[in-house]
Amino acid sequence: MYRSHVLVCGGTGCTSSGSEQLVSVLEQEIAKQGLSEEVKVVKTGCFGLCALGPIMIVYPEGSFYSMVKPEDIPEIVSEHLLKGRIVKRLLYSETVADDSVKSLNETDFYKKQQRVALRNCGVINPENIDEYIGFDGYQALGKVLTEMTPDQVIQTIKDSGLRGRGGGGFPTGLKWSFAAANDADQKYVCCNADEGDPGAFMDRSILEGDPHVLIEAMTIAGYAIGASQGYVYIRAEYPIAVKRLQIAIDQAREYGLLGKNIFDSGFDFDMELRLGAGAFVCGEETALMTSIEGHRGEPRPRPPFPAVKGLFGKPTVLNNVETYANVPRIILNGAEWFASMGTEKSKGTKVFALGGKIHNTGLVEVPMGTTLREIIEEIGGGIPNGKKFKAAQTGGPSGGCIPANLIDTEIDYDNLIAIGSMMGSGGLIVMDEDTCMVDIAKFFLEFTVDESCGKCTPCRVGTKRMYEMLDKITKGNATMEDLDKLEELCYFVKANSLCGLGQTAPNPVLSTLKYFRHEYEAHIKDKTCPAGVCKGLVRYSIDADKCKGCTLCARVCPVGAIEGTVKNPHVIHTEKCIKCGACMEKCRFDAISKK
Amino acid sequence: MAEKKGTVPFSGTPEQEAQLMQVIAQHKEDKGALMPVMQKAQDIYGYLPIEVQTMIAKGLGVSLEEVYGVATFYSQFSLYPKGQYKISVCLGTACYVKGAGDVFDRLVQKLGIKSGECTPDGKFSLEACRCIGACGLAPVMTVNDDVYGKLTVDDIDEILGKYNA
Repeated sequence: MYRSHVLVCGGTGCTSSGSEQLVSVLEQEIAKQGLSEEVKVVKTGCFGLCALGPIMIVYPEGSFYSMVKPEDIPEIVSEHLLKGRIVKRLLYSETVADDSVKSLNETDFYKKQQRVALRNCGVINPENIDEYIGFDGYQALGKVLTEMTPDQVIQTIKDSGLRGRGGGGFPTGLKWSFAAANDADQKYVCCNADEGDPGAFMDRSILEGDPHVLIEAMTIAGYAIGASQGYVYIRAEYPIAVKRLQIAIDQAREYGLLGKNIFDSGFDFDMELRLGAGAFVCGEETALMTSIEGHRGEPRPRPPFPAVKGLFGKPTVLNNVETYANVPRIILNGAEWFASMGTEKSKGTKVFALGGKIHNTGLVEVPMGTTLREIIEEIGGGIPNGKKFKAAQTGGPSGGCIPANLIDTEIDYDNLIAIGSMMGSGGLIVMDEDTCMVDIAKFFLEFTVDESCGKCTPCRVGTKRMYEMLDKITKGNATMEDLDKLEELCYFVKANSLCGLGQTAPNPVLSTLKYFRHEYEAHIKDKTCPAGVCKGLVRYSIDADKCKGCTLCARVCPVGAIEGTVKNPHVIHTEKCIKCGACMEKCRFDAISKK
Repeated sequence: MAEKKGTVPFSGTPEQEAQLMQVIAQHKEDKGALMPVMQKAQDIYGYLPIEVQTMIAKGLGVSLEEVYGVATFYSQFSLYPKGQYKISVCLGTACYVKGAGDVFDRLVQKLGIKSGECTPDGKFSLEACRCIGACGLAPVMTVNDDVYGKLTVDDIDEILGKYNA
């Protein structure tokens, strides 16, 4: 038995901030101070508050240390672990109130959260199957294999109201029932862990923090539909997740939780990893299966749907990581429990990856129906630097921008569609007044042009033409007629593309046109970029009253576009200026502005 | 100026070839073996020149067109050698709204190469990548396995300096 446990986050965010080094320094220091028998260091998955990494929590006190540096370790070990005096100076400031220390669950970031899919992330050591089992792991699988029929499993998932967390929001139980209904000598269970939406990283965090939950859930799905083989299609860009999932699979095999005759039930199931190779379109289900088969990841027309003819031409169920992560809990706690959370048509919780211009970047899990305002202002801590909230982008390149006047929208699948965006996989990027909405639309189109597989013409050519029109607008060369053409093309590409990628590619343009048309018009009619982002339209100028004539700007200008003599106001020659912004960055008197 | 892409002669060793043949033998019977084999081949050679693609095609009994089609479809596969230090700047949405575009532009300017190219001395190669999932640290770039987060344009000189020493 250990007297204290120190949990150090080993997710990608904190690892990038140096948590590996922290663990080794911590272990050395604990050994040096003779505490190795009393204190155990555990490397866990993601706690969610990536902005404050590296993070460590000391139990039983629950002290939350943030932005810990190796040089802080000796003090934490000698003061806290040896003498029992919490080092308040290094605690996450929100947990320190007057003279007392608040529990983490009382902080703004955590108190509105409800963790179902992320329940074990940051709690257990993901590389140790016994810890997962200690937190009820594989109990749901045991219950399913020994007490339930496949039909009962599917009915439970149906009753829970669980919908796919990867994008479309299709009812999971229904999907399973389709695959179960088709007889075949071989069926497959697949997992989409090719999290391609830029800005979403909940699947990665689950894989890194709780890999066994995926194995358990996929085995349950295999039993429900009658499949004996599973494939996880996982991003090669997630090395930590790949490693931990492979460790988890090996451990599960060793414990007889994967393989032949699991729990003496006569049911066989095994699974394999397949690494994605960087193609966004492989998030589309038929493209993903084509890719597992070893080909170019191009989508196929549906029908036939994967439940009829999927991987290697056999009936297949495909869900994403977060969807699966809910399954064991639903089996153990019951469908009613899950259905009691959320809104009428969107049950349970959803994980959002908060990013962009917001204080608390990281992962949050909230019940469906939580408002955008609660997520951004309360959990996220608002916008930094006193800037104003302008829009939130959800759904990645398939989604749209939600403007400030809709901040009280209750977030669920249907409400987001109604306002022109979509849930997608749950990336939520916050934008402030310094973000140009035309530029953002162009950014997403550049992405889709790059990622379009080229199989169907509306997507291959249409997205390219849309990008060119947006580029023209951001350079100030477009007319109002171009804007009409752009909108028309959007509807055409939406209606005629083969797969979800093309069908949703116009969403970023359509939603920004809907809510921020005045910004497009400013670019076209007034030839200005209101947010001061589009380089082609920005003009730098020096305020003669503020300029002290220090000559610094003239010296840093790479093209010699700034003229002036010492102690006299300087002038920028706009025809020479390349708009690199170096002068503005360097000016100490705030005399240079861009419009 | 950047080195012309296709001009680096292939310099595979017999040891590398033996390794590749072993990988092919291991996976030959697997369903959908092509991509795992190509991924391992890229680990062995660092890239997938036509010579390596030909070996894979022969080894697995698929056409060279098929191999080439897969190699050019996925962004992870490279037909050209990468630099000793591979720089990837994340241009995912979270990084982009926090100024990753400016960081990328500065690297282009500093290294004198564009995305997908390698410096003439073979030291640095540069690419834009889509979200490595470290959005909490945006903007982010990686140099081989080192991750640099919360970047500003002014950090670039210092970071490049570390590898130039």
